[in-house]
Amino acid sequence: MIELLPPNLPYFASIALLLIGLYAMITKRNLIKKIMGLNIFSTSVLLFLIAMGYREGGAPPIEVEGVTHYVNPLPHALVLTGIVVALALTSFALILIINIYKEHKTLDSEKLTKL
Amino acid sequence: MNLSLHYPILLIVILFAGAYLTPLLGLWNKKICFPIAVLSTLISAVLSVVLLFSVLENNIVSYYVGGWEPPYGIELTIDPLSSFLSLVVAVIGFLAVVFSKNYVGHEISEKKQPAYYSLLQLIIGGMQGALMTGDLFNLFVMTEIFSISGYALVAITQKKGSLLASFRYLLLASIGTTFILFSTGFIYMLTGSLNMEDISNLLPLIDNPWVMYSGLVLLIIGFAIKSALFPLHTWLPDAHSIAPSPVSVLLSALVIKIGAYSIIRVVYTVFGERLSDGFGLIGVPLSWMASMAILVGSLYAIFQTDIKRMLAFSSIAHIGYILLGVSLASTLSLTGGIFHMLNHALGKACLFFCAGAIIYRTGIRNIADFAGLSSKMPITMAAFAIAASSLMGVPPASGFMSKFYLGLGAYQENWIFLAVILIGSLLSGIYFFKVLAIAYFSPIKEPDSKIRGPELPFSMLMPIVILAIASLAFGVLEDLPVTLIEQAVRLLLSN
Repeated sequence: MIELLPPNLPYFASIALLLIGLYAMITKRNLIKKIMGLNIFSTSVLLFLIAMGYREGGAPPIEVEGVTHYVNPLPHALVLTGIVVALALTSFALILIINIYKEHKTLDSEKLTKL
Repeated sequence: MNLSLHYPILLIVILFAGAYLTPLLGLWNKKICFPIAVLSTLISAVLSVVLLFSVLENNIVSYYVGGWEPPYGIELTIDPLSSFLSLVVAVIGFLAVVFSKNYVGHEISEKKQPAYYSLLQLIIGGMQGALMTGDLFNLFVMTEIFSISGYALVAITQKKGSLLASFRYLLLASIGTTFILFSTGFIYMLTGSLNMEDISNLLPLIDNPWVMYSGLVLLIIGFAIKSALFPLHTWLPDAHSIAPSPVSVLLSALVIKIGAYSIIRVVYTVFGERLSDGFGLIGVPLSWMASMAILVGSLYAIFQTDIKRMLAFSSIAHIGYILLGVSLASTLSLTGGIFHMLNHALGKACLFFCAGAIIYRTGIRNIADFAGLSSKMPITMAAFAIAASSLMGVPPASGFMSKFYLGLGAYQENWIFLAVILIGSLLSGIYFFKVLAIAYFSPIKEPDSKIRGPELPFSMLMPIVILAIASLAFGVLEDLPVTLIEQAVRLLLSN
């Protein structure tokens, strides 16, 4: 089991980040911390995608004569889209939080549920 | 250039173009937003009718975006199922935009109306894109588009509680979309492709089934959150009941169906070839969760006092019927499940329009105050009764036919599922008859003469009447949708 760890370190890291993010989203009471958890959660998936496209010693995916070993460019396109989506989501969530604070004067999710 | 070849992409692009033009032209004149939204949704509805006829002829219509051939380019694949649902989305989306004309001023300030119409077109466009696409990653992008516009539409009124409802919806649903992205990456890693058809050809070559199953389970969890399958439904009641009524229609009648559609697409088209030997592994828990959804959703709906909240809980139950049909995976049950998608879309859209009309006209949300509504708003309450009887499954209405197919399919599998369907229908009878009994038979406390004039403006009456007639008509003329659905099911199960 332990010898699987070094070559697959990025994957283990991404799963660890995924769980940390999920934990923060579930247990943290502050809404902004929940959004930070969401960010960690979605970033872990981006790490997973990048790790997938990496090839040891691979050249950038631009055709050059004499080079046959390239990294996989497609996950990068996916990650770019994923970043844009995460950005839109985060900015919208933060605007929501600002308005929630204006309305209720608190960001504690447990106090907010009681209202 | 032959334009008719480009109808599939035109159908989506015209909605997105409308979504961008609306706020821009709204800066110049706020009155122009409504006509733009009507025009773009009407054109896309006409295009989806044209596409339906072309799909009926050719079975599958493929379109390569930008001329790049799959598996490298993005492909739009329109088969009978997606074409059928695309027509449902287009028609109900168009009616929701028309309904907004008079309703929107009631809940949303004039400053925000351009944003409102823009988001309406964006959410419809996102759903159309998710239905048409033949690419797994594109499905994720489209899911995010209609989800984010959904969160914004829930919060747009800024009335008490709407921000929190939107926040909860955002938090839970974005876990779902992240799972979808994760498993898309997973499947790409396994097969090296994102095109659904290509993946379904490559998956049988994978030796280790467990890696594949984990990707599929993540995908199903993601889409189950989107479609509010029990026990992942907790975001739905707040979000659907607090949104402005035309938005409730879109969310409850259409958005959760796209989650169910995506589960069908993933299970039958992408994994179809691999799962013929082992669907039980995923189908069994899914069918039990769906049965629980039917019972729990119906039970909760009985105890609601707010009309829109009651309808929202009823949606949880009905997504259970649909996914029960999907997870039992026989021809009959799948036909019933897909047919129930149509009936629930028509019925629930009509009910939410009626609830919106009642709130618009009288301001009543509490079911106990409905006394005398049948004489104040006779057409609305008649439509409410027809749509409710369709969802209950009373014979002449269309809901009976789909529950009949579902029941036959369920009985073949296990009699418990048939019992669940029958109990669920009885429970839905309780909560709908409660509303109807108060509205029709409860004595009027005080004659209220404040409200005069016609019952409703034409733009609000038309969607209600059309949907009520449709939910009756498809019960009598059930051949019309069933022939199409059977063609779709044959294609899905042939893999």
